Amino acid sequence: MSVSQKKAICLYFQVHQPFRLKRYRFFDLGNDHYYYDDFTNESILRKVAERCYLPANNLILDLLNKYKGKFKITFSLTGMVIDQFRLYAPEVLESFRKLAETGMVEFLAETNAHSLVSLFSKEEFVRQVTEHKELIKEHIGYEPVSFRNTELIYSDKIGSWIADMGFKAILTEGAKHVLGWKSPNYLYCNAINPRLKVLLRNFVLSDDIAFRFSNKSWSEWPLTTDKYVAWINKLAPKSDLLNIFIDYETFGEHNWKETGIFDFLAHLPGAVLKKTPFKFMTPSEIADNLQPVSAINVPTPISWADEERDITAWLGNDLQNAAFEKLYFLTDKVNACKYDLIKKDWNYLQSSDHFYYMCTKFFSDGAVHAYFNPYETPYDAFMNYMNILSDFEIRINRMNPASEEQIEILKLNSQIKAKDETINKQTAEIELLKKKLLKAKPKSKTTLRVGKTAVITAKATKKDSGSAKVKATLIKKSRASVKAEPVLVAKKISVKKTKKTPAGSKSKLTGKSAGKSAPKTKTSGTRKKISK
Amino acid sequence: MRVLMFGWEFPPHISGGLGTASFGLTKGMAALDDMEVIFVVPKAWGDEDQSAVRLIGANKIPVAFRQIHYEGYKRKFEKIEVSSKIVPYTDPEDFWKLTRSEISGYRTFVQTNDQGRIDFSGRYGTNLMEEIQKYAIVAAVIAEDNEFDVIHAHDWLAYPAGIAAMQVSGKPLVIHVHATDFDRSGGNVNPDVYRIEKNGMDAASKIITVSNLTRDIVINKYNISPSKVETVYNAVEPVNISEDVRDIKGFDEKVVTFLGRITLQKGPEYFIEAANKVLKVMKDVRFVMAGSGDMMERMIKRAASLRITDRFHFTGFLRGRDVFTMLSMSDVYIMPSVSEPFGISPLEAMQSNVPVIISKQSGVAEILTHAVKVDFWDIDAMADAIYGILTYPALSQMFIRNGKEEVIMLKWDNSAMHVRNIYYEVVSKH
Repeated sequence: MSVSQKKAICLYFQVHQPFRLKRYRFFDLGNDHYYYDDFTNESILRKVAERCYLPANNLILDLLNKYKGKFKITFSLTGMVIDQFRLYAPEVLESFRKLAETGMVEFLAETNAHSLVSLFSKEEFVRQVTEHKELIKEHIGYEPVSFRNTELIYSDKIGSWIADMGFKAILTEGAKHVLGWKSPNYLYCNAINPRLKVLLRNFVLSDDIAFRFSNKSWSEWPLTTDKYVAWINKLAPKSDLLNIFIDYETFGEHNWKETGIFDFLAHLPGAVLKKTPFKFMTPSEIADNLQPVSAINVPTPISWADEERDITAWLGNDLQNAAFEKLYFLTDKVNACKYDLIKKDWNYLQSSDHFYYMCTKFFSDGAVHAYFNPYETPYDAFMNYMNILSDFEIRINRMNPASEEQIEILKLNSQIKAKDETINKQTAEIELLKKKLLKAKPKSKTTLRVGKTAVITAKATKKDSGSAKVKATLIKKSRASVKAEPVLVAKKISVKKTKKTPAGSKSKLTGKSAGKSAPKTKTSGTRKKISK
Repeated sequence: MRVLMFGWEFPPHISGGLGTASFGLTKGMAALDDMEVIFVVPKAWGDEDQSAVRLIGANKIPVAFRQIHYEGYKRKFEKIEVSSKIVPYTDPEDFWKLTRSEISGYRTFVQTNDQGRIDFSGRYGTNLMEEIQKYAIVAAVIAEDNEFDVIHAHDWLAYPAGIAAMQVSGKPLVIHVHATDFDRSGGNVNPDVYRIEKNGMDAASKIITVSNLTRDIVINKYNISPSKVETVYNAVEPVNISEDVRDIKGFDEKVVTFLGRITLQKGPEYFIEAANKVLKVMKDVRFVMAGSGDMMERMIKRAASLRITDRFHFTGFLRGRDVFTMLSMSDVYIMPSVSEPFGISPLEAMQSNVPVIISKQSGVAEILTHAVKVDFWDIDAMADAIYGILTYPALSQMFIRNGKEEVIMLKWDNSAMHVRNIYYEVVSKH
């Protein structure tokens, strides 16, 4: 069989879980810098790991071993999901690593933040892709040579950037409005840089599994491997390449185990190899072995979402556009920052899911949108996201200017300020105490020795109550508005006061208003009330 | 003097100013020695503050197993058969029997529960008209069971109840106009609501309005004799800002707040446009639209399309402590209402040391001196005022200091005294 006659089938599974945001209120602005709903994120990830990732990975590992090199598969793991595996389910990451070790699995590169950055700037895009490549290398032990963009977003320009970065192939949607009369079942190349091969998703075959598999009102239900393979054979005479790109969560999560989805997957490789002329290949193999039939022109971005196969699921209304513009308006400021935490939040906030939640297209794909949406309305999603983004901006504004010396100076300045305040407070207290001392002297009955180690717990009579009950702490009297800290400050003051009193000197502190003092050396616990 | 008062809501189950105002007034009255108030609401929840008033829930009154005196025999001058149209029935079987036997068909039937009581939702739901009617039936029963000298009905929802009680007891009716449908609808008046309002005003011996603005509407739009309408301004409860309301503002920017229902009547769109203008000249300010309402989604879209949402925040509906927290964070409070019969909320803001900007189309503008007053449509003036207060500390300090002094003088006791005089007047003329 000559190279050009080879027929390939490419199975690629997308693995992604967003970091869902917690309810973040306006009052939290500037106070609360943690944005994620840990409980939801963890419970969803654990649930999906147990229903889908772990059993499906095991199954695929068995299949790879069984067909010894004839069955091949492709994965793309987003940066988000890798981070969540590390947090909540390290065993899943381990099982992916095992898959990588078979050598039969290709892992794709994508934008680390699962972001829409390709629609914003090349520079930022390249940075995120490089970051993701490193991440896959580190955690999976695989160096990606093919690329899939977030939500399979693709345009000629994005393709040329990817070609410039040295990737062999890119995966995208076989969108009808781009293809026209052409078939997605051939290999194409980028219109600007023909060295980059473009693989187009066959959305009919893909969605048969992803969306229709467990739909009992579908005329073809139930879908068996025989039926599926028959469809593939029907396409065979006029196809070089069948691209079946689906969400990995299709197995066990969107379609439960009981629907037979795992059996379908288990029998698919055997049936395809036995009954069809197709071979399993990964994108890089396809790029190496198949000949592109022509260039594909995609002047405006396409994606794999909704009927429209465009970007309106994320950037289709004013809410989404306003949020998107605001987000990337912060790019330079974030880049000037050096804190890992900021970088991390910056990545998580870029995730396309946040924009998906703000979508107001309820007509054709409303149900799909609702399935994935933790918010009640797109407006809720928007309000929450903008509050978080505002807090994020407040944080980076506080951190800029970003050079380390300047940050250090800022820190020291605030420390100095705090100390000045304490000194001012304490000076005021000392003045007050002195006055009391003077007032108290003539009426004094008791004299108390205050040694070097003695601590005076200064308390003053509450003026307004009129009673002589020693109640209000001194600090309360002078600064009624200060709340949480007073006790601490009061202690500090009393210590300071003691220190300032020369050792051995006699301090007379008594009378109606002066309150009491308890020498530590004696009984620090008992509080002697000296009045009248 | 005993007063039988009909309202629609009572704290803490309130959705707006009506509940606050009727509560404030009754509290003020309780302070007077010679006043005793029985307050009736459609639904008593059980957790209302009853320190100042005896509260009766209409949902707690059995009506099915008793005779209702339809003829209004206590009425002094004539027999009227108005309320004979309404007969309670217990279940569908009863209803069928009743409808079959009543061929003339001029009676109205209402459903009662197994205890012979009528269920009320106590909300502004879809069956509002039906609820109002049911409320009137129970009002007649309550009027029979209680001794009182005067009837006082708050707002149109309670007018039919007030009328029913008047017909049963023959006591004079005073109605209290907190708002008219001209305020709520922005001009598209609902004819059914108008009819109820007009009937109430015609039946009443005296009409109390919350401002001269509303008084003019009552006189001109409802064709009521000016001598029958008197303005009694609302007041404000002294707030005890609880200790746990902390200043939690976590950022440096100033805050301009709109707090209220996001509906046509409150003019939220003018606030957004003014905010947009301010943001063009200064950046260190945040705008907050706190509340919810049927225009909220439109407002979010508008703010997003102006690209100001990084400085313009929506909080959703705020309750209890959050309201005070919001006020404590605010540097300017704005009420750009298109038509506001009174508007207690700016008074609450002034108590919390926040300078206020109010629309000239609000009743509260008639009594406030130390507040910026602008036309609701004049977004330039609004933007100007916001900028001025935020930029010149001397100005804002002046508003805060004088505003607080001014608002302390507005006491419910005074309003209650005024209302008491009205009672004596109607009782003596009766």
